Amino acid sequence: MGSAENKAADAAKKTDQGFVYLPLIAGWLVPGAGHFLLRKWGRGSLLAVSIVALFVLGLAMDGKLYSGAQDILDLLGLAGDLGNGLLYFVGRMLSLGGDPVQFTTADYGTKFIEFSGLLNVIAAIDAHNLRTGRKAS
Amino acid sequence: MIRPSHFTALLLAAFFTSTVFGITMRDKPMRMLRYGTYCFILFVGSAILLSWLMFFIAR
Repeated sequence: MGSAENKAADAAKKTDQGFVYLPLIAGWLVPGAGHFLLRKWGRGSLLAVSIVALFVLGLAMDGKLYSGAQDILDLLGLAGDLGNGLLYFVGRMLSLGGDPVQFTTADYGTKFIEFSGLLNVIAAIDAHNLRTGRKAS
Repeated sequence: MIRPSHFTALLLAAFFTSTVFGITMRDKPMRMLRYGTYCFILFVGSAILLSWLMFFIAR
């Protein structure tokens, strides 16, 4: 009982300190950065490596970085890509990625990039949950 | 430019996705590892199962 009260008090204390959404925003912009801010070095490193590896492999397979939405599927692809945060914007600035899809592997690559974006959003939300105390540790 | 086979691409996607799922969905390292392994086996296992199903449906 006392332990539960202590945890609730710790969670309340955590939410009082600083800008609560910082790990969420940092985690979205740079994979793993939300966890690094919370000093979860191991988890942050694994998340960063996994997400960046998926993104880089996607580009290496000549996957497409969506620039606009002509139909609903493109819109979903763009939403997935935007989850990559700065990786997406840097990729767009450097004109990385293949277009149009010419090989089967390029289609896999496009999916890899969308995967990495969606996983990055999950990781950023996890960092936010750790920050607010919704997730234990 | 890399051109992995469909199965290699599946293994890569399953591995990295399972890593993220394990870390974000559980709160203790041992449980993260177990959940990540569970997700990886489910990803790869279900893909193999569905592939064989489609193989027989296509005949």
